[in-house]
Amino acid sequence: MSIEVRHLSKHFGAFQALDNISLGFPSGELVALLGPSGCGKTTLLRIIAGLEYADSGQVLFHGEDSTGKHVRDRNVGFVFQHYALFRHMTVFDNVAFGLSVRPRSLRPSKADIARRVHELLELVQLDWLADRYPDQLSGGQRQRIALARALAVEPRVLLLDEPFGALDAKVRKDLRQWLRRLHDELHITSIFVTHDQEEAMEVADRIVVIHQGRIEQIGTPDEIQQQSASPFVCEFIGQTNRFEGNIKDGWADFGDFRLETPPRLQESAKLAGYVRPHEITLHNQASDNSIPVTVASLKRLGPIIRLGLVSTSGQDIHVELASQQLPKDTEVGARLFATPIQAQLFAV
Amino acid sequence: MAGTITTLGNSHAPRISNVTQESRPVRWLLISLAIAFLFLFLALPLAAVFSEAFSRGWQVYWQALQEPDAWAAIRLTLIAAGIAVPLNVIFGVAAAWAITKFSFRGKQFLITLIDLPFAVSPVIAGLTYVLLYGSHGPLWSWLSEHDIKIIFATPGIVMATIFVTFPFIARELIPLMEEQGTSHEEAALTLGASGWQTFRRITLPAIKWGLLYGIILCNARAMGEFGAVSVVSGHIRGQTNTLPLHIEIAYNEYHFAAAFACASLLALLALATLFVKSLLEWKERHERFLASQAARKEP
Repeated sequence: MSIEVRHLSKHFGAFQALDNISLGFPSGELVALLGPSGCGKTTLLRIIAGLEYADSGQVLFHGEDSTGKHVRDRNVGFVFQHYALFRHMTVFDNVAFGLSVRPRSLRPSKADIARRVHELLELVQLDWLADRYPDQLSGGQRQRIALARALAVEPRVLLLDEPFGALDAKVRKDLRQWLRRLHDELHITSIFVTHDQEEAMEVADRIVVIHQGRIEQIGTPDEIQQQSASPFVCEFIGQTNRFEGNIKDGWADFGDFRLETPPRLQESAKLAGYVRPHEITLHNQASDNSIPVTVASLKRLGPIIRLGLVSTSGQDIHVELASQQLPKDTEVGARLFATPIQAQLFAV
Repeated sequence: MAGTITTLGNSHAPRISNVTQESRPVRWLLISLAIAFLFLFLALPLAAVFSEAFSRGWQVYWQALQEPDAWAAIRLTLIAAGIAVPLNVIFGVAAAWAITKFSFRGKQFLITLIDLPFAVSPVIAGLTYVLLYGSHGPLWSWLSEHDIKIIFATPGIVMATIFVTFPFIARELIPLMEEQGTSHEEAALTLGASGWQTFRRITLPAIKWGLLYGIILCNARAMGEFGAVSVVSGHIRGQTNTLPLHIEIAYNEYHFAAAFACASLLALLALATLFVKSLLEWKERHERFLASQAARKEP
């Protein structure tokens, strides 16, 4: 089931949550809506679900206009950040709820409902919790039950609103890998909202980066990371170093170092160059393309070393290296030369 | 009467830290002051009601309650409460539902309106009904044409009771439902539940203790209401006297034992209300405690 939104706009008072958003979600993909809090991503998800109505624009399910359809007729599975499990019902009754509220003519028999619920509980690997109440479960278990409950009505699309946001770091990591595997098994068109770029990179087939109610970029995790569409995307999706310079003789010139310029950037334009921490090498000797730096901090995180450097002009530079790539006898206070290997360049 | 008990918030006693504790003499002073106050103003009068009621023995007590006028008063009180409480349940739940689950223009105004009966003197409330529906009121000619009696009759008493007791349930539910938010209802809707199914299977179970608590307070106030009912009733013996009005008349006519016998009924109602109220609070806490215990057992 593909989803498409056309020219969606939404205001909350004077605040513009969505500004003319048009976007397609192909069938069977797992797409992440990524952006800082307040960027409009949850509003977009809730409008697709029918929990919120747009001021203008359309929502299409499989090419069919569903803008005015009530949420209960849209057949979407929705997973809430804080689970929204029914506290007075057992896990079994929670999962069975969607089937048991169907009109009598469409409602499966008791035995069929029970079979379906146990299938789903097995799918989320929590069959042994069927008789418990939500208060008796851990956060990770609750979110998996919430997912089973959403899947029980055989939704055409699955919408997840910050599904791992309320969980602690370890559980969050496990659960997002689990969600990815589950999606590979079910192939249901899914959209999930997150503000965590690492989560989006790890789980999603495609990422939609949203900023101030507008789409900044749509692409695969690799595209987002390596061919960012804007300085905002570059800065948002992970740590990066920003250098300012301009174009001289067809080269991007940053003073201490220069890089090849793509043809789209014009001569003598002002430039911003973004270099990721792992795109910098360190040397003991100067070269004509290196920045003289002093080591301000050095942290060993297993096989990776994270350095904080200060250039002679006073700029902080973050570098990440495999430990064998670090020049010998490097310690805090050492003087080194940093060479950016590549950068993403933007005219500013 | 029980109607004066505050209805806002079920406070769960927070753990008291040592830092905020006063020294021993100060604590004793405060506690004894509170106890002395409660004894003088609450316990002693309550005891007096029962001792007066039984001052001439069981026989007189029993006769006072079986007297036809007293019996009629009891019946009228039950009728008034029996109509007012269910109507206020419907109104209270609907108002709390609308206020907490939807956003609309004039919401603040509706909340203020719900509080109106708390702010207005019950006598004024009764008077407005007399002015509206009484023989000088704008609706009088239409009412008398159709032979409908409101003032000095049961409908007026029921209406006055509804007016006075109408904030109790809404006021109890609004903070509770506000705290619970709307995500459970949204979850039910995405799963295909209709509005009624969502209310009956999701919202109602979540608010049931608060609702029961509100009903009990509402009922206590409905049966004990004096001021508003007194204005619209006309004090017709055996016809438009509720229990509180009957007590006043008996007292004014120096039938002390009879007055206090009936008063003891209302006092008993108050005690029963308080008992059920603390039972409900205990049960709710106990349920939460069990749930948290069970949660702790999990790894």
